[in-house]
Amino acid sequence: MEEYAIKIQGVKKRYKLGQIGGGTLTADLQSWWARVRGKEDPNTKIGSDQRSNGETFMALNGIDLKVKKGEALGIIGGNGAGKSTLLKLLSRVTAPTEGTIDIYGRITSMLEVGTGFHGEMTGRENIYLNGAILGMTKAEVDEKMEDIIEFSEVREFIDTPVKRYSSGMYVKLAFSVAAHLDSEIMIMDEVLAVGDMAFQKKCLDKMRDAAKLEGRTVLYVSHNMNTIRQLCDRCIVLEKGKIMFDGDVEEAIGIYLKKNTTRKQHNDFHIREYDPFITANVKILSIDIFNKDNLVQFGSKISFKAQYTCNTDLNNLYFRLIVCLSDRTAVATANSDKIFCRNGETYTKNFELDTSQLAPGDYLVQIVAFEPNELGAQIRHDYLSIAFTFTVYTNNQLHNFEWNHNAWGHSSLPQLTEF
Amino acid sequence: MEKSSEQYHTHIEANNRLLTLNLKEVFKYRDLIVLFIKRDFKLTYKQTILGPLWIILNPFISTVIYTIVFGGIAGIGTDGIPKILFYMLSNAVWSFFASCINKTSSTFTANAAVFGKVYFPRLTTPISTVATAAINLLIQLAMFVCFWVYYLLKGQVSPNWIYLPLFFVVIVLLGAMGLGCGIIVSSLTTKYRDLAIAVTFGVQLWMYATPVVYPLSTLGEGSFMRFVLTVNPVTSYIEICRYIILGQGSFTLGGCIWSVAFTVIILFLGIISFNRVEKTFMDTV
Repeated sequence: MEEYAIKIQGVKKRYKLGQIGGGTLTADLQSWWARVRGKEDPNTKIGSDQRSNGETFMALNGIDLKVKKGEALGIIGGNGAGKSTLLKLLSRVTAPTEGTIDIYGRITSMLEVGTGFHGEMTGRENIYLNGAILGMTKAEVDEKMEDIIEFSEVREFIDTPVKRYSSGMYVKLAFSVAAHLDSEIMIMDEVLAVGDMAFQKKCLDKMRDAAKLEGRTVLYVSHNMNTIRQLCDRCIVLEKGKIMFDGDVEEAIGIYLKKNTTRKQHNDFHIREYDPFITANVKILSIDIFNKDNLVQFGSKISFKAQYTCNTDLNNLYFRLIVCLSDRTAVATANSDKIFCRNGETYTKNFELDTSQLAPGDYLVQIVAFEPNELGAQIRHDYLSIAFTFTVYTNNQLHNFEWNHNAWGHSSLPQLTEF
Repeated sequence: MEKSSEQYHTHIEANNRLLTLNLKEVFKYRDLIVLFIKRDFKLTYKQTILGPLWIILNPFISTVIYTIVFGGIAGIGTDGIPKILFYMLSNAVWSFFASCINKTSSTFTANAAVFGKVYFPRLTTPISTVATAAINLLIQLAMFVCFWVYYLLKGQVSPNWIYLPLFFVVIVLLGAMGLGCGIIVSSLTTKYRDLAIAVTFGVQLWMYATPVVYPLSTLGEGSFMRFVLTVNPVTSYIEICRYIILGQGSFTLGGCIWSVAFTVIILFLGIISFNRVEKTFMDTV
């Protein structure tokens, strides 16, 4: 039998929309009195169903989740998907509307670092107070005081009121307290986005040690896919209060990021919303990929047909193709040659993009139509945030393994040669 | 590891049981209560010149004002007790009770930021507030003792020494009642903020319906005010304090039983409502 750290069964959380309370004391008393007598609530709107009367909102709508001991679970999802609500329930800040949660172990929740910090008190005093709020006894804090101060990098200022701290010092100190708690389960909500780069790395290492070496269970919410990749070994995708996917990290990230993008050979842009910061003098109407299923063999080219039109004469137009990862991290860029464009004309041209330097993997392409002006700036005439997507595949025996994007980057340079 | 996980099993359920008082957990967080008390003391008198001296100065000034206004100008009698002692004791005891209510009543609203981020037994905050008030009371009583000893030596007061331990019992009961009232208000203020404002007036009114600035004996038997004061559960406590410390005070056994019963009920109701609210108040506050 597997040992679980957290078991969540059928958890729902309902929030009321709009104003709460607000001059309804008498109405509330009325409703309560009606309930007590078993009568119908006089304040219920006619024909309103408790579940969908538009005044409540299900932040979580039936979550079932089991987290094993020592697992590092990533939680991703768009804004309003219910990530923070789930963490709030787990850290007992608020209670679920339905369902049960069983937690085996002590929880350190870092929904926000520095809770309970008081500006007038010194760093040391705040460590004691914050530690106690997080569940440590004074003796435990005493024992860890040195480590905490050391980790926080603010030793010089430890006896200064924290209101004089820089914001970076403040969060460093706060994070250090939280990171030194004895607990079996750690819950984190983007807290790693604190401090400078060096400190962030230190925090991430600390978290990884907690999960990998000390066998602690880590629940981590983030919008930063890289930290999720580095920290977690399982990942769930939340959407509209439900678990949409549960399993492998890369797969989860892929599902989360590519929710709206599928590999289409015909990409039509006739009807779309234009970015406010483009002139829309050029309109790219469609992109058709010639490669079958948008698959490109490693080391070869992708070719496509572009249809575009313009509503003014342009003599100095260029296209720029930005090749990105699925999370819109730019990997490489290719610019076109100068293109002429006459008012009102629609052009159809074929292009070829050499992708021989791109490592095997999934990519998406953004297209910018721009014109450099005499001041050296570039006027954007059109912009497609997702023009098309493609996959570089390989059946080359030379690379008898999968490309490791994290470790090796995203471009494959020509083979090493002796001379 | 296996043992510890059994030890720390937490079960969270949607439906609240009526009374899930987790005193064991509160006890585990006793260090936090101590730190909260320390913080309160430290922060109240931060950046003041006189600092903690205000704890004594504040009630002393009130006492002087009471002595002048009620004892001097209004000419209210004090049952033959030296005026300064009479007002100082009443003021100390009442302000303890009042600050218990006033400060605990804002528990949820004042701490929403902390409560919204991390879990700890919420009851620690009102408890530490009451403890802070109690420490303030002790400091005030120390000042009172100085005056008291002076009048004792002059032979103007005759305390009922044998009941002296009972004085502290009364203080504990009064604190419990203040805590009970305060947490009921605090539970309601999560939804109805009006109460937070109303409670300040309420407590002031309550003071005048309690024999704080006058002895119960000044009111005629059978008058309406006398009736109000008899129903008021604080009356007996104040009069008992006076009886023990200053040797003069009128109370009945029935009144005492009513006061104690009221305290127990209000504390019980307070804890029930606090329990109901504490789990989900973050959604409404």
